[in-house]
Formats: sequence, C-alpha cells, structure tokens
Amino acid sequence: MRIVVDLNKCQGYAQCAFLAPDVFTMHGEEALLYNPLAAEEHRDAVARAAAACPVQAITVEGLHEGAPVEPVQVFTGAPWEPRDGR
Amino acid sequence: MAADYVDWLRREGRIVIVGASLAGLRAAETLREEGFTGSLTLIGDEPYDPYDRPPLSKSVLLGKASPRHTELPRRRHLDAEWRLGVPAAGLDLTGKRVLLADGEEVEYDRLLIATGVRARPWPVAEEAELDGVFVLRTRDDAVALTERLRAGAKRVVVIGAGFAGSEVASACREMGMEVTVAERAGAPLVGALGGVVGAVAADLQLENGVDLRTHVTVTALEGDPMGRVRSVHLSDESVVEADVVVVSLGSLRNTEWLTGSGLGAGPRGIASDAGCRAFDFRGIVTDDVFVAGDVARSPHALFGYQFLSLEHWGNAVAQAETAAHNMICPASDRRPHMWMPAFWSSQFGVNIKSVGVPPMGDELMIIQGSTAERRFVGVYGYKGRIVAGVTFDNARWLEYCQRQIEQGAPFPVEYPTMDRRPEGRKAVPADFPDPALPTHGPTVTLSGYSPADRRLVFTPGHH
Ligand SMILES: Cc1cc2nc3c(=O)[nH]c(=O)nc-3n(C[C@H](O)[C@H](O)[C@H](O)COP(=O)(O)OP(=O)(O)OC[C@H]3O[C@@H](n4cnc5c(N)ncnc54)[C@H](O)[C@@H]3O)c2cc1C
Ligand code: SF4
Repeated sequence: MRIVVDLNKCQGYAQCAFLAPDVFTMHGEEALLYNPLAAEEHRDAVARAAAACPVQAITVEGLHEGAPVEPVQVFTGAPWEPRDGR
Repeated sequence: MAADYVDWLRREGRIVIVGASLAGLRAAETLREEGFTGSLTLIGDEPYDPYDRPPLSKSVLLGKASPRHTELPRRRHLDAEWRLGVPAAGLDLTGKRVLLADGEEVEYDRLLIATGVRARPWPVAEEAELDGVFVLRTRDDAVALTERLRAGAKRVVVIGAGFAGSEVASACREMGMEVTVAERAGAPLVGALGGVVGAVAADLQLENGVDLRTHVTVTALEGDPMGRVRSVHLSDESVVEADVVVVSLGSLRNTEWLTGSGLGAGPRGIASDAGCRAFDFRGIVTDDVFVAGDVARSPHALFGYQFLSLEHWGNAVAQAETAAHNMICPASDRRPHMWMPAFWSSQFGVNIKSVGVPPMGDELMIIQGSTAERRFVGVYGYKGRIVAGVTFDNARWLEYCQRQIEQGAPFPVEYPTMDRRPEGRKAVPADFPDPALPTHGPTVTLSGYSPADRRLVFTPGHH
C-alpha cells in the first residue's frame, strides 16, 4: 500500500502515529516519519489514520473501493529488511 | 475556432509529458480528472514508477523505509502509455515531436516538460568516481548510499550544508556514525534561511556531535590504491579521514536536452508565464509547451513578478495541477500558478518549515519563542513588508505567516505577541550571503531579470 504525506500540510498533530504506529512515527516533537510502502496488514489502521488526520495530509493508494489503479510495476532488487528503528 | 480546437484536444488530442516523477504524475492525474480523454504518454529516463524523493534523505537513511519503495500513490487510474528508462534527447518545436534517445519520436499536440533537476556532481571527475563518493537525488543513489552505510561506515563527510546535506548528517549521526560537514558559508542553511537562522542550525549540528567546519571548501578527495575514497582535503589545509563522502552541492536543471530547440531553456530552468506556458528563446510565449516543477521558473505577483525557481515538493504538485488545467481549457479559463512557496525539512529531531521567499528578505524578526530554545517563529521583511516566515518546531504558526505574506502585512511587526522575547522586539539583518554564491537546495531562487543573462545580440525588429 503506497502512502504519501503532504508534509507542508501536516501540523504534527500525531493523530496518525497514534492510530497506525507501525507506519507513522513522530521524530522529535513535531516531525513526522512514515513508511511510504506500508504492509497490507496495516491497511485498516492506515485508513483510520488518513481519515482522522485533521488537515487531510495523507494520501493512500487504492484505499477506497471503486478507485481502481493500474497494476504496480515491480522492479527487481534485493528485498529490503526494514530496520526496527525503535 | 479556438474553442473547437480545445474541444477536439480534450477529446482526442495527444498530450506528452516528459519527466515521469512527482510533477509529471500529478499533471497526468489532473488531466484525466479534468476530463481529458485523448492519448497520454509519459516519458521518463528512470526505469521506475514515479517515486517520492523527500523520504530518501530522511526515513530511508534512518532505515524506516526502503529506498526501493517510495513510489507515489496514484490518485486515480491513468490509462497512459509509459515510456520509462529512456531519456528524451531533443525537441522539434515546429514539428511538435519529442525525440527519444533510442531514436524514436513521439508526436504531441500539447507537451508538458517536468524534467526536474539532478544532483550537482563533484566537479573533479576522477575524484567523483572514487568508490565511497555519493550524491543523493535518485532512488539508485539512495540504494547505493544506504547499502554502503549499512555495511559499516566509520566516518561520513558531507560536502555542503544545505537542507539535503544537513538531513544526511542528521541521519548518520542518529545511526552512530562519525560525521564531518564542510560548508563554504559561515553556517548550515545560510543560502535558504540566512545567517541568523543558520547559526541556530549550526548549534543543532554541534550539539548533536557533528564535526562542523564552516568557511571552508573541499579542495580534493583522495583515494587509496584500490580506488576507494580515503580522505578529504579542506581549504584550511586540514585533512579528514573518510570512508563515505556525500556530495551535496545543490542541483543542476535538466534542460540540456532542449539545447537548440528554440525554447527559452538554460541553466536556470525553463522560463514560463504565470500560466505555465513556456517562453521560446525570444521571450515569446508558446501556446502548446508547458512546464512544471523543479525545472520551471515563473513570475510571481506576490514577489514583484520576479521569476522564481522553486525546488519544493509542494510547488511541483501545485504547478503540475495548474499546468494540466491550462493545457486543456480555453484561454479565458486559464489560471495563474500563484502557489505560496513552502517547504519542510526535519533534522536533528527538529521540524523546520518555511513559507514565502526568505532570501528576498533582508531583515528578520523572531515573533514567537526564541532561537536559543530552537523553538521559534521568524518573519522576514523586505521594503516594509513581510515576505517570508520560518518556524522551528512551531509548524502551527505557518498558516498565520502565510496570511501575513498574502496580505502584504507591514514589517517590522508592531503588535506584541504572547510569547515575545526581548530579542524579538527588534528587526535584525537576516544575513544572507551574496546571491552570486551558489546555494544549496531545496530552496528558492529568485532568478529575476539580469542583464548578465543576455545571450543574444540585440537587433530591433523591422516593420
Ligand atoms: C533527497 C531529497 C530530499 C528532499 N526533501 C524535500 C523536502 O523535505 N521538502 C521539499 O519541499 N522538497 C524536498 N525535496 C525536493 C522535491 O523532491 C522536488 O521538489 C520534487 O521532486 C520535484 O519534482 P519534479 O517532478 O519537478 O522533478 P524531479 O523529481 O526531479 O523529476 C524529474 C524527472 O525527470 C527525469 N528526467 C530528467 N531529464 C529527462 C529527460 N531528458 N527525459 C526523460 N526524463 C528526464 C528525471 O530523471 C526525474 O525522474 C527533496 C529532494 C531530494 C532529492
Ligand atoms: S495526523 Fe496528519 S497532521 Fe497529524 S501528524 Fe499525521 S499527517 Fe500530520
């Protein structure tokens, strides 16, 4: 699931980090870090976060049913092991 | 007749977009959203789906995201033809064709150019090729750099303390590496935010254990016999050992492919009118070639109609949307790109944001908080007006600053604010370096008229 946050809009309310902590984390007091490719298992949490963001800064691909997107082109490369930053 | 053309164009015209990244993708989506049903082609030299760059120097370096997966979410289905992995190599303006490097040609009725910028490489080629020397602009750059850092780098030297360089330094420190930053100016971020705010950024780096060297330039990169970078020589004659060097010297606009095309394109970007229509080299507006994103420069009413080049994420999105709209509507419905410049950065755990055009301001007032606490709101003034704002960990003030700029609010600021410290009661020089010195992106460049730019011999037209 592809995600992008418009960090110009984001005001660091941390709502998303509260609702989907595996995808969004606060870095310092105000700065937001997120994983642009969130695992499917977090879909519901991400959907809740996007809906709850007070400034609607979060865009998620294909979140709403009936919003078909083109098949994702996947290019090869070694699988990435996200480091657990916590 | 013009209206008939627009109708036909919207139904079955051919639109080609060169540059398949943020601006290109958002323009394509906007075209479809606004009812364009003709053929749509996106040409991109990178072999990847459009991806997002800001995470590359932030969550990716910190290991919280993969450099291979920052693809941008699609806002809708595009039904486009993608020509990825092949650069556009030329433009035939009269024949309305884009020439590809593989020899193919793509015809268009309307063209959008969104080829962005690339990282300025280390100027000495043999040194730039040393193993361990990196730039950071593309996904491939990020893969290479993160793999090397993960493999265990001991000392990273960052050349250039603009936003990108400072973010790299921040991430590397957070991961426990030794970091040296070498900067020509007196402090980090000086080109974008001036010396007063730059001093705060310098404190941040020092406190976080960065070995910050200012007022120096790098004179040479030295390699070992295996061709791996070993040390960095500075103009103060010091030498710093390094196993990774990140060259962060700003960017170059991707306009070379337009050389000789007749378009007004050069090292400062592609000039356009406020409606994103490109100028040709004579300063005459084209009506079928549009530009958007980092490669564009266009006049802005709020900033004295000076030409602005913005290397800002939000500008790429907004300008793409405006360009796309204008490409497929009648002249009377066109709208100007009047986006308020804005960007963010996060480094050393601090959220830095700005609106407006700080480098235009010659004075600065801290209207909230204090620079000593690194939590403040500053406004920049020029000729009695507020032209920009900057916040450190105070993002909620940004909207207010934006309104002040839009309303042409007076500077110096007269009213008292709740949290005004004595240091903020007075406007001080914002302390920007000579604009002729190169600065580091992502930032704002005022590229207004300069007679030095003239490349033509003036021959008055005949009637
Ligand atoms: C590491 C990093 C961090 C950043 N952080 C921030 C931030 O925190 N905040 C912020 O506001 N902005 C940030 N930015 C800037 C932001 O990413 C850019 O403003 C944005 O990417 C501009 O989009 P664009 O589509 O105009 O250009 P680009 O993203 O540069 O895309 C242009 C595309 O065109 C391709 N191209 C070039 N020439 C040709 C050709 N001849 N034929 C075909 N294709 C071609 C390029 O390869 C590229 O894919 C950052 C940028 C980087 C690199
Ligand atoms: S909820 Fe929205 S505003 Fe709050 S931190 Fe997340 S993205 Fe930012």
